[in-house]
Amino acid sequence: MSFKKLSEITAISEDKKIPFWQVILEDDMKERGVTREESMKTMGSMLDTITEADAKYDESIRSASGMAGGDGGKIETFRMKGNSLIDGFILEVIEKAVKMGESNACMKRIVAMPTAGSCGVIPAVLLTYIKHKNVERERIIEALYVAGGIGEVIATSASISGAEGGCQAEIGSAGAMAAGALAYLEGGGNEEIVHAAALTLKNMLGLTCDPVAGLVEVPCIKRNAAGAVNAVVYSQMAMAGVRSAIEPDEVIDSMNRIGRLLPSCLKETGQEGLAITKSAEKITERLSMSWQ
Amino acid sequence: MNLFDIIGPVMVGPSSSHTAGAVKIGYVARRLLGEKVVSADIGLYGSFLATGKGHGTDAALVAGILGMKMDDDNIPNSLKIAKEKGIKVRFGKADIKDAHPNSVEIKLVGENGRQLSIVGESVGGSLINIAKIDGLDANFSGDFPTLIVHNQDQPGHVAEVTGMLAEKSVNIATMQLYRANRGGNAVMVIECDQEVPEKYLEWLKNLDGVNKVTYYSLIEEGKNEF
Repeated sequence: MSFKKLSEITAISEDKKIPFWQVILEDDMKERGVTREESMKTMGSMLDTITEADAKYDESIRSASGMAGGDGGKIETFRMKGNSLIDGFILEVIEKAVKMGESNACMKRIVAMPTAGSCGVIPAVLLTYIKHKNVERERIIEALYVAGGIGEVIATSASISGAEGGCQAEIGSAGAMAAGALAYLEGGGNEEIVHAAALTLKNMLGLTCDPVAGLVEVPCIKRNAAGAVNAVVYSQMAMAGVRSAIEPDEVIDSMNRIGRLLPSCLKETGQEGLAITKSAEKITERLSMSWQ
Repeated sequence: MNLFDIIGPVMVGPSSSHTAGAVKIGYVARRLLGEKVVSADIGLYGSFLATGKGHGTDAALVAGILGMKMDDDNIPNSLKIAKEKGIKVRFGKADIKDAHPNSVEIKLVGENGRQLSIVGESVGGSLINIAKIDGLDANFSGDFPTLIVHNQDQPGHVAEVTGMLAEKSVNIATMQLYRANRGGNAVMVIECDQEVPEKYLEWLKNLDGVNKVTYYSLIEEGKNEF
């Protein structure tokens, strides 16, 4: 994995006069020693897996802790009634993000993109896009390369782990990846892609990782919806010509510094924040089961 | 890390470390044992012990021991499947100290009586480290064909093993040497870029001073056992 900065990707793209996604594809071919077809087939299988995971969502099942499940179904019912304040695209993005997060909590097959905890963000945006727009499969796969390239840079220069960088590194990174992918699908070039990512990430900086009972459930599942909606909002801004005042690579560097500064009690250790509230303690107590 | 560590892996939730990594540890243990498992004694440690129930770590470890991979739909049903197969599974608290926060000690007994004990660590994402085999240090990832040789600590064994690998054009990716005490039990852990041919493993097993040869192959054994 060779990219430490988004500007490295855009520089190659401009030099070789190839789109952003193709820079990532060619890097993968070199890195893993695979052909273009092999790489794209693997990426296509990721798209198939998230499509299947979304279709197989089951609102009747609950996670082992009993905390997670059913909310995606509630949102779907609400959306179908048609009385919501927001409708169409955005409400469905919210619904799909929560559904995927719940499926993950209920031990269903998902794609960690970039992590299991943030697995709903990118699928919510892409699968809703497929449903509402007449778009070719090939283009969605290309958008996944865009997302992957942004994720690689963040993973290399900052972090995609909640234990290392807080939730900004998980849902924040997923949001930035989804925003870049969406900007690409909407016809954006390098400029729109990196600024959509930067604007999204900026608005998730400092987010803590303080899940209840150490499980990938509360607040993770519902936060997938926030990451996905953020991606829609800021990719639209980028398409409108709005630009991040802070250089995109500097936003990623900031995330890295903030992640290091966040105390460990707010990085997946369950020692602070939501994890030590009275409500959380009640749940944790109920879950302290014996291993015998 | 490559592109499909970012857009991927495909896995059964909820946690890459507590679920997907746990499946992989169980899987590697099963492959190292080399035969069908009849009993599994599983000791959990640290965060695995504290949050494992909610993460399905128990089901994940047993799924791996049954030969499942991290994307298998049947992972949540593994405890039931093990029971149906008559495999004895016991969970408890691991009797280990100062280990990685996500550690598990697995003791397996196979159908032909072969025994194996490992300590596995889930080190982040779905990456793992097998820290110990049969009480001796090991440290390998399960991402390479891995040769583990337990031998007497005496001159020449490293040369014999590496000489054999060179002859077969097997390139060594990483190599580690440990010993319990001078002249006592020692272990070589060699991660390779190519598979080691079966008959050379047999040859190695019969060498003087070699106590045990364990091999982890990346070649699939075929279908699952259930």
